[in-house]
Amino acid sequence: MEDIIFLSRLQFAITTVYHFLFVPLTIGLGLFIAIWETMAYRSGNSDDERVSRFWGRLFLLNFAAGVVTGIVLEFQFGMNWAEYSRFVGDVFGVPLALEALLAFFIESTFLGLWMFGRNILPRGIHLMCIWLVVAASCVSALWILIANSFMQNPVGFVFNNGRAEMVDFWALASNPYFLHQFPHVLAASVCTAAFFILGISAWKIKQDSNDTHLFERTFKFALFMGFIGVVAVALSGHLQGQSVAKLQPMKMAAMENLKETADPAPLSILPGIEIPALLSVMVHNKSSGEVKGIEELQKVFEARYGLGNYVPPVWISYFSFRAMVGSSLAMMFFVFYGIFWFVILKKKMHGKILMLMTAGISLPYLANTTGWLIAETGRQPWIVYGYMPTDKAVSAGISSGNVIFSLIAFTIVYMILAVITFLFMRREVIRGCVERRITGKNPAITA
Amino acid sequence: MSLEVLWFVLIAVLWSGFLFLEGFDFGVGILQLILGKNERERRTYISSIGPHWDGNEVWLITAGGAMFAAFPSWYASFFSALYLPFVLLLLALIVRGVSFEIRHRAEDFSKSRFACDVALAASSFLSALLIGVAMANLAIGIPIENGNFTGTFFDLVKPYALLGGVLGVSLFLTNGALFLTLKIEGELQERAYRFSKIFVAASVVLFAIATILAWRQSIICIASFALILAAAILVFKQYSKIAFILVALCTACSVAALFSALFPNVLVSSVSPEHSLTVFNSASSAYTLKLMSIVAAIFLPVVLAYQTWSYYVFRKRISPRNANTEV
Repeated sequence: MEDIIFLSRLQFAITTVYHFLFVPLTIGLGLFIAIWETMAYRSGNSDDERVSRFWGRLFLLNFAAGVVTGIVLEFQFGMNWAEYSRFVGDVFGVPLALEALLAFFIESTFLGLWMFGRNILPRGIHLMCIWLVVAASCVSALWILIANSFMQNPVGFVFNNGRAEMVDFWALASNPYFLHQFPHVLAASVCTAAFFILGISAWKIKQDSNDTHLFERTFKFALFMGFIGVVAVALSGHLQGQSVAKLQPMKMAAMENLKETADPAPLSILPGIEIPALLSVMVHNKSSGEVKGIEELQKVFEARYGLGNYVPPVWISYFSFRAMVGSSLAMMFFVFYGIFWFVILKKKMHGKILMLMTAGISLPYLANTTGWLIAETGRQPWIVYGYMPTDKAVSAGISSGNVIFSLIAFTIVYMILAVITFLFMRREVIRGCVERRITGKNPAITA
Repeated sequence: MSLEVLWFVLIAVLWSGFLFLEGFDFGVGILQLILGKNERERRTYISSIGPHWDGNEVWLITAGGAMFAAFPSWYASFFSALYLPFVLLLLALIVRGVSFEIRHRAEDFSKSRFACDVALAASSFLSALLIGVAMANLAIGIPIENGNFTGTFFDLVKPYALLGGVLGVSLFLTNGALFLTLKIEGELQERAYRFSKIFVAASVVLFAIATILAWRQSIICIASFALILAAAILVFKQYSKIAFILVALCTACSVAALFSALFPNVLVSSVSPEHSLTVFNSASSAYTLKLMSIVAAIFLPVVLAYQTWSYYVFRKRISPRNANTEV
């Protein structure tokens, strides 16, 4: 049983982290493309259309990978986490079903219309299609985060018939955890797309081909959006941190590796380096204020739930938090520097800075992944915070052989998928804003 | 009708929608490799489902999500019991979804495109087979005790389950060939039509065997056989459009036969009837079911409306000349 739990957790972690590599870019880049399509619609300028088509091709490659890896997650709840599904299906299943009904149908249908309908649909309707796709991808994030927030901070339910039963849908939909998490995820999505565009545009500017002027435009616009994104990410992150301190003090203590309760609490920058009272400032907006430590919280949990270990894997939370904040600060630096140099001083970007910008594509991915590691490992040992431990949630009818097989199979297929998606994105980037030409021999015409 | 029964029916409707819609695009996915002699022909066949396949697949996700929300125990037991088939199905669906997109992005007439076509055909075939196997297992029951699977993989691939798989493939191929007959023009359409005759005949034979062996025969069982037989006659008389509709009805009717034979069970335990899950002991609370009913009543018609509209937008018949419409 132990190994099935471990393997199932590992598989869920791998498949979810992998899926979330694609999700924020889908949401963020969709927004950029919808804006460019709108500009192309209004100006009728072929340059605008070339821009939106170029990024559209990258968007579709990313979208495909996101869609196919998403189905795995929905099925996995039943396959690996049957006990969990039985326990919470009455509550947790609802946002999942609504996500499919209210978001996925719109997303897939209108994406198909947008992809293939450019020369068939009236231009206004075609434009509406991409906006619907963007809206639906946000709605999809909304439902899945409502579901996740229930695991973090269960509300709107009662115990009945040995399971959780929903009694108040609005409590579920206005879960304070969700209200803080949703803006943070949306802001992170804008950042992800902005840095994706910055990095690729920088690379293309450095290559200096005949469409450089188009990439300078997208570079500038991404700086502007990136600025909004990083500021929003920081603000929403701050508020979410405060909400976590209230709702899940153990997660907060683990993020800070705060062993003992402190008032005022110092903020650890790296192991051994502390700034006095800063954690209190962040949590309470003032220089004093108690932040509970791991040891005290462990005792509180033991008093409430009985003997056991209620401390999440601290080192993951601690280092993930530093990686997340660190990469966000780096993103801020890039955006501020870029705006100052490129937009305010109107100077050309140096080759070296451009190369750094390209490397900077990795920053939002690091931040997104570590952000979820904090959220999900910091909730341990609970799968439903305070109500169901993770090790009671796994399916009883599966064998470790089954899970080893699926774990290996998913990992291999995902690695191949990553390589293929990367190679084809790279090819599109190298091709740039050039419209497609038919190459090679055409057997149907010669025949 | 109680809410539990309503959701049992709705889930049958969602599965029918999935099996019919994704059915023809699984079929087309396999057929493009058989019927298309070169890249351009295969592209023509594939572009008939290009804008639609993803929307069709959402029916599966919705059916799964609805089972999760409305019958958590059913969802949990069924998905964990069929662990390996579902892993394979997921892998096939991943390969399938990606092959559509990579195909667009690869150079025309390149080896990558051919690789994508082969991957599309293989993954469509595997998906169709596994869906059929899963449905057949639902029909005959599986070894579960207290909701947990107690059998092995081999309990899931018994002859009857495999018959279900083959039946699924055959029905989807028929469906796909008829869809192509209606969507494509010129010589490629002729070819699809010729193959639709083969597959519909095969489906009639397989349906006959399945109906005779059926674990519980019923009027609806026989009705689905009658529908596929009628479809076959119409195919041979060149009424492809009506035949296509009859195949859709046959799909829905087969699901109805399966679900009505199950009722009031949702998952039959082959160990002992007392371990079977029923509509009533596996359903969600009245509050949840009511909430879901309201949302479904409002939005399911909307979904149907815009999906139908999307088929209307792409109603023009496709030939190799106009098949290359991409972003």
